[in-house]
Amino acid sequence: MVKSFMPRTLTEAVRIRKETGAVPIAGGTDLMVRYRSIAGTLPAFPWPVMFISTIDELKGVSLEQDTVVIKAGTELSVVSESPLIHQVLRDAVCQMAAPSLRNMGTLAGNICNASPAGDAVCVLYALNAEVELATEKSMRRMPLSDFITGPGVTELRSNELMTAIRIPELKSAVSFYKKVGTRKANALSKLSCTGLLYTKHNKIVDMRLALGAVAPVVVRSVELEKSVYGMSRTEFSTYENELFQLYEKLIVPIDDQRSTAEYRKSTTCSLIKEFFRIVKEELS
Amino acid sequence: MRDISFTLNGGKVKVITDPSSRLLDILREQLGLTAVKEGCGEGECGACSVLKNGKLVNSCLVPMGSVQDTEISTLEGIRDTDEGKCIIDSFAESGAVQCGFCTPGMVMAAAALLREIPKPDEMQIRKALSGNLCRCTGYNMIINGIQLAAKRGDGIW
Repeated sequence: MVKSFMPRTLTEAVRIRKETGAVPIAGGTDLMVRYRSIAGTLPAFPWPVMFISTIDELKGVSLEQDTVVIKAGTELSVVSESPLIHQVLRDAVCQMAAPSLRNMGTLAGNICNASPAGDAVCVLYALNAEVELATEKSMRRMPLSDFITGPGVTELRSNELMTAIRIPELKSAVSFYKKVGTRKANALSKLSCTGLLYTKHNKIVDMRLALGAVAPVVVRSVELEKSVYGMSRTEFSTYENELFQLYEKLIVPIDDQRSTAEYRKSTTCSLIKEFFRIVKEELS
Repeated sequence: MRDISFTLNGGKVKVITDPSSRLLDILREQLGLTAVKEGCGEGECGACSVLKNGKLVNSCLVPMGSVQDTEISTLEGIRDTDEGKCIIDSFAESGAVQCGFCTPGMVMAAAALLREIPKPDEMQIRKALSGNLCRCTGYNMIINGIQLAAKRGDGIW
């Protein structure tokens, strides 16, 4: 049996984390499933754990200048209802799991689980989200896209606790989000796609495209996005096919129990084309 | 092992258990509240639904370490209230219960919905039940049951 802890404050939690390496459990919607045992027995966690959902300091959504700060322990249902949070993220969160699971799960858990199919993760990539990581003595921030390094692998150090997700101001006239799963509720994504677009005077000021579950980590290419900045409808239409082919090269999905590589690739390609159609529509 | 204190159906309780143990097991085995059922054991079916601080949760995924100082309510806590009676009678009259295994979870999901939205439309009801599986009724009769409860229970939520 592993040790388990019930810290009541953030200070206590980071101290326990440093001293024991205990893995934080907020909602438990991933870890309680992954390590479940026979009914009536304890989950078989391979490491010490600490339950952090009762720490009030880790809950809440606020605005700091133009940055939305979502504390790490904030439940998904709270995220989906917060008027401070970008609509595209709220809409995506509403499509995750089911109401009871959204009352438990957190964005930080979705991030630290680091599945390439994480629904909120795809949107958070597109939103340029940063994560805030605290130790007993220090605090650091890093872009989400640097934090997740592979399926199930992150930069989280054994003495660190994720304390918040920070989303910079977004000037986006148009957002596009599509999750493809087996059914509407309680389905893990076969794939997902987030597109954001900000135009001014019929020219692209900012365009972002993030693709989930089609590579070891969420696919986003800032380089390709920048290549369309300033383009008019005519310029984008001329460039569209080349850009599509460049994106196609980044889509390298696998077969697994939820879908096939072939389906993931062809459907993601269709969604990219649909987003490009919206881009052109918006530019005219 | 730790002492874990919380409010259960309006009364204070204290249990001595490992913080990793599941709320579902504690409710059924230590506290004798067997309305809560274990179906899938992985948060998909909703048979173990209870309210934690008024919000619907799957008790199979709630570790006791997350229960300290919270308020838990189960079917046993609402079945004799006006709300509970209204939902249960409406379910019975609508034919919303066949084998009955999902029913305690369905009633908890219905109670959570009606407290938030006393007059839900059909889509709101379907969304509220989207984490509760029933293999008997085909759901329509459960939805009818909630619509009937919303109509009859005007003002009690």
